[in-house]
Amino acid sequence: MTALQMEQSFGQRLKNSNIVQAWLVLTLALLFGAALAGIQISLAPTIEANKINETRQKVPELIFGKAKAMEMAAQKKNLQVTSQFIAVEKQGKKVYYNIFKADLDGKCVGWVAKTKGQGYADKIELLIGLAPDAETITGLFILDQKETPGLGNKIVTEKWRSQFTGKPTGTRLTVTKTGVGTDTEINAVTGATISSRSTVNIINAAIGDLKGPLTAKAK
Amino acid sequence: MAELPTTTERFIQGILPENPVYRQLLGLCATLAVTNNMKSALTMGGAVTFVLVSANVITSLMRNLLKPHLRIVIFTLTIATFVTIVDRFLAAYMYQMSKTLGPYIPLIIVNCIIICRCEVCASKQPVITAAADAIGQSIGFTLAMASLAAVREILGTGMFFGLRVLPIAWPDWVIMVLPPGAFLTFGILLGAINWIDSLRAAGTGKK
Repeated sequence: MTALQMEQSFGQRLKNSNIVQAWLVLTLALLFGAALAGIQISLAPTIEANKINETRQKVPELIFGKAKAMEMAAQKKNLQVTSQFIAVEKQGKKVYYNIFKADLDGKCVGWVAKTKGQGYADKIELLIGLAPDAETITGLFILDQKETPGLGNKIVTEKWRSQFTGKPTGTRLTVTKTGVGTDTEINAVTGATISSRSTVNIINAAIGDLKGPLTAKAK
Repeated sequence: MAELPTTTERFIQGILPENPVYRQLLGLCATLAVTNNMKSALTMGGAVTFVLVSANVITSLMRNLLKPHLRIVIFTLTIATFVTIVDRFLAAYMYQMSKTLGPYIPLIIVNCIIICRCEVCASKQPVITAAADAIGQSIGFTLAMASLAAVREILGTGMFFGLRVLPIAWPDWVIMVLPPGAFLTFGILLGAINWIDSLRAAGTGKK
């Protein structure tokens, strides 16, 4: 084989190699990735503000339930909602929770904790309403989810969420598929066991972390 | 190779003769899912328009660089980028709407209308033609969404764009805003369009 032939075969090999063929894909991936990062950075504060706004609106409902919250709004009894961060030490790492404290006439009437965790498709972001002593759950609201339409996304329905109201925080909640037996069991959404289990796990984790600090604060 | 349609032909074809929903029956998941009221149907139409026009233009600009076996990857990459932009934009400026549409915005990535236009038109024709094609198809898609949503919202809630148009005595046909209503409306409208078409075809046949 002459040197020229070797050169050609090398050139040919280079041309046929997967990386060279995919140069456009790789360049585009980089370009688009950079563009999306820019958009995310510029829009993230607005999106976060929207969520905080919605959280503040949901606080009365999460603490008193929908009916009583509407009744209170009609009587113009407005809650004082203050936002704060609670740091929890977890496996050597500090985890921050955004907590909303609700006061009525200077007295603490409950807490709303914002938390998130992995669902079936993407992160599930939710709000948990807790009694002032953090002993019972007073409500649940799903802030953001991308679960399967028609199955997993039923976790946002009021019917499913209402199961959590009044549950004690002393023991971990569990998911059941066969109907609720004890008062720490939650019925899974039909066909969406993973979404249901993820939601319950996120709640268990948040309550595990926050129960101590909140009880201490309420005193 | 057969001659490709011109810019004007591409534009007009998308609106009625090759309407993506009523003629090509593409992108039906989103079509059936978000047409229970006019506002979300039109937002969806707008989102698809933005993604379709952007993806078609970018694909057309790159059409000479495309390798046949890697083209679908590139189409998907381009589409996914623009869909993510729409998704973030809605979450920032139309928060309630973004919650209503939920997963259907990210699902535009797999909407076959867009990948179909990239494949059929944008990867073969110049930018102007690709843009006209995208706009035509988007108008066709939005019209189809609006027609379904109008029927479903009016019959299902007695309202149009959230304003009452039917008398208060109207017994809301709740089924129309639920998923079965989407299939019923779509089937009836599709049947009606085919029936009119066959009448017209019979008319021209006699001449």
